[in-house]
Amino acid sequence: MTTRIGVVTFPGSLDDVDARRAISLAGAEPVALWHRDRSLHQVDAVVLPGGFSYGDYLRCGAIARFSPVMETVVEQARAGLPVLGICNGFQVLCESHLLPGALTRNDHLHFVCRDQRLRVENADTAWTSDYTEGQEITVPLKNGEGGYVADERTLDELEATGRVVFRYLDVNPNGSRRDIAGITNEAGNVVGLMPHPEHAVEALTGPTTDGLGFFTSVLKKLVTS
Amino acid sequence: MARVVVDVMLKPEILDPQGQAVQRALPRLGYEGISDVRQGKRFELEVEGPVDDDALARIHQLAETFLANTVIEDFTVRVEEREEVTPA
Repeated sequence: MTTRIGVVTFPGSLDDVDARRAISLAGAEPVALWHRDRSLHQVDAVVLPGGFSYGDYLRCGAIARFSPVMETVVEQARAGLPVLGICNGFQVLCESHLLPGALTRNDHLHFVCRDQRLRVENADTAWTSDYTEGQEITVPLKNGEGGYVADERTLDELEATGRVVFRYLDVNPNGSRRDIAGITNEAGNVVGLMPHPEHAVEALTGPTTDGLGFFTSVLKKLVTS
Repeated sequence: MARVVVDVMLKPEILDPQGQAVQRALPRLGYEGISDVRQGKRFELEVEGPVDDDALARIHQLAETFLANTVIEDFTVRVEEREEVTPA
């Protein structure tokens, strides 16, 4: 049986097609999910892609959080469904309270677009098991509101429980607290990050193919579970 | 129709780079003596019917769950008093 991974398209999503392509390249079947459709169509995992859902009105991800599809995603994520939020998808996960903290305007106010080196801090999540702890990867990063913030207690707790999944190396591109690029929930099935692994899956178009590991990780987990 | 105003501001401990950029532009424009600027959002809600405790409680809930992200923002809710127009 083929593993089916859903990718939600919100009005204003941009990277849904790239995410579906990355899923295909990893060997799973991508399934397009629509923001107004409450059904997840029996997918085994969900990716919330990058972009500017609902024009980033109010706050990034704030309106997407209340879309019909997210009601089911939130419910299923709490029950263990693997969910990956990339960039705008990370913002949606924070607004949905599936992940703690929030993403704010880059401290330098500029939109940033660069190939970003990251360190994998946690290789035990549903989406990072094909990496090794301490591994360094390079994937594109592009955001205007990617500064990760949370109160000190939450940051301490994330660090203490190994829930910081990725950290920025070389430069902190957006003012994120403690160089945090990505985090996970307690169970390790929900992961959110600002950089874009789905843009680093083919030599022709990406700086590396380092991003493919996200999708092969979840595929392996679903096949063996 | 009554108007309820919801003001949303970043919490004091959250960096406000937009407010800082505004503040830094002020001396160049000839405005001296303003040491800090914080930028926020103001929502004006036109409410049908009376703005009683029940309506205010619902607006409070709407502000808390939707208009503001209380991880990074504080908000206030107030009823805007309208001046009575006295017919001539």
